[in-house]
Amino acid sequence: MTHHEQELSDLKQRLLSMGSRAELAVAQAVEALVQRDADLAREVKEGDAAIDQLEIEIDDQAVLLLSHAPLAGDLRLVLVIMRASQNLERIADEACKIANRARDLAEEPPLKVPVDISRMARLVLDMLKQVLDAFVRADIEQARMIIPLDKEVDALHKQYGESLVASMTRDPACIQRGLHYLTVIKRLERIADHAKNIAEEVVFMREAQDIRHAGKLSATPGEA
Amino acid sequence: MNPVATPNAAASTVTGGSARAPETPKRSVVMETRGLELHYGNTRALKDISLRIDEKIVTAFIGPSGCGKSTLLRCFNRMNDLIDSVRIDGQVLVGGFDIHGPDMDVIQLRKRVGMVFQRSNPFPKSIHENIAFALRLQGVKDRGTIDQVVEESLRGAALWDEVKDRLHSSALGLSGGQQQRLCIARAIAIKPTVILMDEPASALDPIATARVEELILELKKDFTIVIVTHNMQQAARISDRTAFFYLGELIEYDTTKKIFTAPSKKQTEDYVTGRFG
Repeated sequence: MTHHEQELSDLKQRLLSMGSRAELAVAQAVEALVQRDADLAREVKEGDAAIDQLEIEIDDQAVLLLSHAPLAGDLRLVLVIMRASQNLERIADEACKIANRARDLAEEPPLKVPVDISRMARLVLDMLKQVLDAFVRADIEQARMIIPLDKEVDALHKQYGESLVASMTRDPACIQRGLHYLTVIKRLERIADHAKNIAEEVVFMREAQDIRHAGKLSATPGEA
Repeated sequence: MNPVATPNAAASTVTGGSARAPETPKRSVVMETRGLELHYGNTRALKDISLRIDEKIVTAFIGPSGCGKSTLLRCFNRMNDLIDSVRIDGQVLVGGFDIHGPDMDVIQLRKRVGMVFQRSNPFPKSIHENIAFALRLQGVKDRGTIDQVVEESLRGAALWDEVKDRLHSSALGLSGGQQQRLCIARAIAIKPTVILMDEPASALDPIATARVEELILELKKDFTIVIVTHNMQQAARISDRTAFFYLGELIEYDTTKKIFTAPSKKQTEDYVTGRFG
């Protein structure tokens, strides 16, 4: 392996380390919510600094690599890693927001909610796990399969939001806790968006094809 | 006289900014210039250059043509002695000794500070003989020792696998990139402390250039390397520290990362981004 290949490999490895930390943060935040475990929620928040630090290190290393003038696939890999690390940092931030709500809810009496948070979290975590696998293997088929899953999460978010609003309307005493749950499902929905973004980046990395905003941009007038 | 510039101290010396924490571990100084001035006749080619070169890293000299970078490189093993009109003032120290001092043996100096040029210059002899010749000049006679050093040097220059079956063929039959690596093998055969490289890859194609760059990164484990290059990306890829020269002056000397991502001087920024030079 040349020095250049080694540097790219180190950068990739660092992104994967960040990815697994972000994945763990989401899983623990949801666990803290479901189990009403305030200590675990605090652990998630404490772990966020390490993820922020990784984002800075990845950026620093990537900028240095860009100064070496990588080309073609190597150039795309560095760009994708920079963008993916930004998405992972935001995923970890969303996990912290879920952990905040888990901590607050743990101090309130339990509330029976008409939504299956664990189901939504499983779907989101599965997207996250799959997108990291797709990145490692540069597997665009897998990456492309992740993208429509975001629509499922969006639909679930809409359905759960309506159920929560209906239940708060029926029982105003549960509004405060209901709002916490509304926040949690919104954060999970955003995590799915970030996972989808990374999936699109994997396609760009492998095929040099930018599929972001594909639906919206195809409706705009073509090139003159 | 300018204070002696080291990359870590550059902010308070050459670049005029505030002092920063070292970004690289402390290393021994291998070569140093103090108030170095060089004139070609009436032309002042180097102006009060004071800088230190640390051991076992790659230091790149960059700057537009005529800025004095090659002239400075040649000062370290007194190659400029061969030019009649040259006058040198100030000091050049190698291993702490003034190389213009009365006790300095220039042959010994050039064994300690080897050089690789822009154009490969193998002798019109066999691959084996190109290296063996340098050893014999040093008085090495034992055939077994010579063969061993030839192999070690060719391996060290990442050339062994390509030439091991044709060691006694003419070196002139090698490709340009292979000839340049043979010259590097010849330089390392006499175990110098420093290798000076004057645009060693500028005449090579991208593949051969990549091989030479990879080799330089390997060689810095054992040697101190100073390279002159016009290729900014090459300097960024292979060097640890970079010095930027303009019109005979040392403008900025810092870690390569700093020079290529956030130089302190506008002149440096303009040069590395291709806005002048």
